[in-house]
Formats: sequence, structure tokens, C-alpha cells
Amino acid sequence: MPPGQYVTDGFPVLSAGPTPHTPLDEWTFSIRQGLAELKSWSWAEIRDLPAETVTVDIHCVTRWSKLDTEWRGVSMDTLLGAVEHDEGYILAFCDGGYTTNLPIADVTDGQAWVAYEYDGEPLDPEHGGPARLLVPHLYFWKSAKWVRGVELLDHDEPGFWETYGYHMYGDPWKEQRYSGD
Amino acid sequence: MEGTAVQRRLSFRPRPWQVATVTGAVGETPSVRTIDLAVPDWPGHRAGQHLDVRLTAEDGYTAERSYSIASAPGDPVAITVERLEDGEVSPYLTEELRIGDQLELRGPVGGYFVWEATDAGPLLLVAGGSGIVPLRAIIRERQRSGGDASIRLLYSSRTLADVIYRDELDAYRDGIAVSYTLTRAQPTGWTGYAGRVDSALLAEVAWPAHKDPLAFVCGPTSFVETVAEGLVELGYQPNRVKTERFGASGGR
Amino acid sequence: MDTLDGNALAGLLAEVFGEDMTSVVVTCRTCGVSAPIGEAMVYPRLPGAVARCRNCAAMLMVITRIRGVCCVDMLGLDAAPLP
Repeated sequence: MPPGQYVTDGFPVLSAGPTPHTPLDEWTFSIRQGLAELKSWSWAEIRDLPAETVTVDIHCVTRWSKLDTEWRGVSMDTLLGAVEHDEGYILAFCDGGYTTNLPIADVTDGQAWVAYEYDGEPLDPEHGGPARLLVPHLYFWKSAKWVRGVELLDHDEPGFWETYGYHMYGDPWKEQRYSGD
Repeated sequence: MEGTAVQRRLSFRPRPWQVATVTGAVGETPSVRTIDLAVPDWPGHRAGQHLDVRLTAEDGYTAERSYSIASAPGDPVAITVERLEDGEVSPYLTEELRIGDQLELRGPVGGYFVWEATDAGPLLLVAGGSGIVPLRAIIRERQRSGGDASIRLLYSSRTLADVIYRDELDAYRDGIAVSYTLTRAQPTGWTGYAGRVDSALLAEVAWPAHKDPLAFVCGPTSFVETVAEGLVELGYQPNRVKTERFGASGGR
Repeated sequence: MDTLDGNALAGLLAEVFGEDMTSVVVTCRTCGVSAPIGEAMVYPRLPGAVARCRNCAAMLMVITRIRGVCCVDMLGLDAAPLP
């Protein structure tokens, strides 16, 4: 267990805003760069991509951890592999306006997914459904709910919580909760 | 409103976190307990205000919750806490805390959900569950200040055993009318209301809008939303319907 | 999950601003509706405090408190000046 964390049996719902409800026939996941949309998938297209089931531990910065959670989704390797990109950064963007930033090196090599199933069931809207980003090796605020795409950047741009003082990277094993940790 | 804001500002100085000592603990219902506190630098409080409690675990983990002040202005500080099944703080406060123990708290806080005897209008108080706590403080303040404001209290609880402060509420007479509604089960021979508070019940119990009443609604979030909407539909001025939401059930 | 209201932020706002703020009437910059801070929609248990307009859900303010330093973002609202 990372330092300062507590195991929970439940699955707390933490949200900074009302649950969005984008109809699936309007939902897309896009990869953008500057003003350009490099690639976009509809819900049907995302569901058609090769998917993986993974079991991971998740760690929230508010100190709860949940072990052995099972998710199913598309690897970010598959999605980012469809576009040309440098080793830079992404800013994930979501319905409701939430954003979070990550190095591309941390969302490739089997470290991240766009997950649409939790525990064998379609992901509940309360927990980020239809799809959320899943990056379990970092604090869970990086696993953005209601994700709708990522913007490719050449610099690390602070997302929502990062702007307000949370750590730009967020490694729970180094207890990087806040900027300066 | 702005004139009174100046007076309120002069009399209000927020205190930082300080350590209080538990001087009493009384069970109100099987899951609800009133805790009396000795707070070193307590400046006094107003009816409807609350305080924030902070618990710190050995490893530094902290949890903060807000609890409405149950006692009347002028009386020693007391909070009434409902034990939530999956609560982080309430089980400790209702089951483990003992007289002599210490508690870190901040307060009093709040200025919006506050009643002063100088506030005009007959009072409508609508409580869901532990939402009764700040409203009981308002009633006590009304009594303490020589009380001529007319009060109607509508108090919704699951069962009769869940009614907090029942003996006290039953004893109120002149100018204070108390109505209960029980939502889950009613005892044999029950003459109060049954079922959730809805527009029909509000229409029956609440002051008519033309009396320009001042309403305070407190309880779980969904309860408060339903009641506040219902009162506005009855013609209450939205800025004379004050709300305090306690989250899914009980504490914040 | 249930939201709370601005009363839940009373203590934090009093520490940040030095006085009670729950009665302060603020105007949402997104939809123009005015209401006391005490009535704002507040999401609990977060890494920080987020208050949203009850009418349109736009963000009014975000407050984080990290190692004693408060970061206050009130870009979503216009506040009525205190007398």
C-alpha cells in the first residue's frame, strides 16, 4: 500500500460536478493537437477496438485505496498508436469540463486505458461512465471520469486540481499529493 | 439586509481551530447523541449556526465534519450527532467519545442559516431527521428572547423512536405548533401525519404565503430540495426560504 | 451522490476571508442568477471545495487548502460588495 492510504471496501463517489449524460450516439473520443482533431472514435468504434480486462489497485488522494478492481477498456496504446505523436504530454478533457495532465510516457506501455466496464458491468455514470481514463499507477484524480479525449501538448499543462495546488505528476508511492511534494 | 450585515460583521470574529472538552453526553435516540462541550474561547453563538469538528488519526489523517449547534445562544455549546452507518466521524462521536475527552473544533460558523428575534414574520421550521437540531436551537432562542414570533414546526422522522427532542417539542404550547410526520412506521393510534413531506402536507401545515413567513428548512439534501420547492410553489418568497442540506442522511 | 450547500463551506470561507460569507449574495457569471453563497451547490469530500450555481451548475468557486495555504478561485461569480 502506498504511504498514507487506507483500504476501503466501498467505492466512494467523488465528483466536482453533476454527472454528465451524453447520449452514446453523440459520444466521441478524440485526440487533438492545437486546433486540429487528429483522430476521433464514436462509441461504436471504440467498442470495436481490441479491449483488455485488467485488475488493478487504485489510490485516491483523499486517502482511500481499493484493491483488485477489475476494469475493461481500450488501451491508450491502441488509441495513441493511431496518431503521430512525440514524447510529450497530454491534457485529458471530459464532459463537465474536468481536465488532468499526464506525460505520454505514463499513458503508454500498458499503463493506461479508456475504461468502459467496471467489475464486469458497464461503467456507472456516477463512476465516470460511459468511459473514463484509467491510470492506476498514479493518484486516481488522474483517472479522469467522463473522458472525451486528450490534447497532445509539448509541455506539461496543469489540469483542474493541478492548477489549484495538486501535484503535476501524482505518484502515490512517493506520496506526491501536492505541488512541491 | 445590508444594514444588518454590518452589525453581524462587527459581532462576528471567526475563531481558528481550538480544543474543546466533552462535559456531557446524552443519548437522544438509539442512534443520536447530544454532546456538551466546554470550549475555552467560545464567543457565544447564534441560533442556526454550526461548528466544524476535526478528528485526527495517529498517522495524521484528518476528517472534518460540520454539526449544527443544538443549544440556544447563551447556553453552553452542545451538538447533536446522528450515527451514520458508514460514517467516518459520527460513529466515533456517538459511541466512543467519553466525558473528559477532547475534540478539535472551529466555530461558531454560519450567518445565512441564522434566526434572530428581530427577524420579521411568522416562522416555519421544517426538519427532516437530524435537521431538527438547528431548528430546535431557533425555537429555544425564540423562548429565550421573550418569544412572540409565532412558530409552526413540521418535523419528519422515520419512526417515533427516531424523533429527537420529543419530550421538549411535545411540551411547547403558546405560539409554537408542532406537527410530526412519520415516514416509515407509525405506532397504533397515531394521530400525527404519515408519509413523506409533500406539497399537500405543506399546504396543510405551513403558514399561508400572504403572512410573509420566514422558513428554515433543514435535513437530507433531497428532503430540503422537495420542501423548498414546495414552499416556493405555495407562494413563499424564495429569499425567505432558508435551506441547510445535510447530505444523504444526517451529518455533513 | 448528494450535494451539500454553501453552509458546508462556512468554516473554510470564514478562515479565508476573515468573516462569515454564507450570506453574501453572488451572481453567477454564466447564467446571471443571484443567490447567497449559503445556497450554492457544494460537492463534498473532494481534494478541494467546489461550489456551483444552483441554477445552472456552472462553477462559482474552487478553494483548496494545502499545507495551510489557501488557493481561492472565484472567477465564476460576481460578488456584491459588503457595506
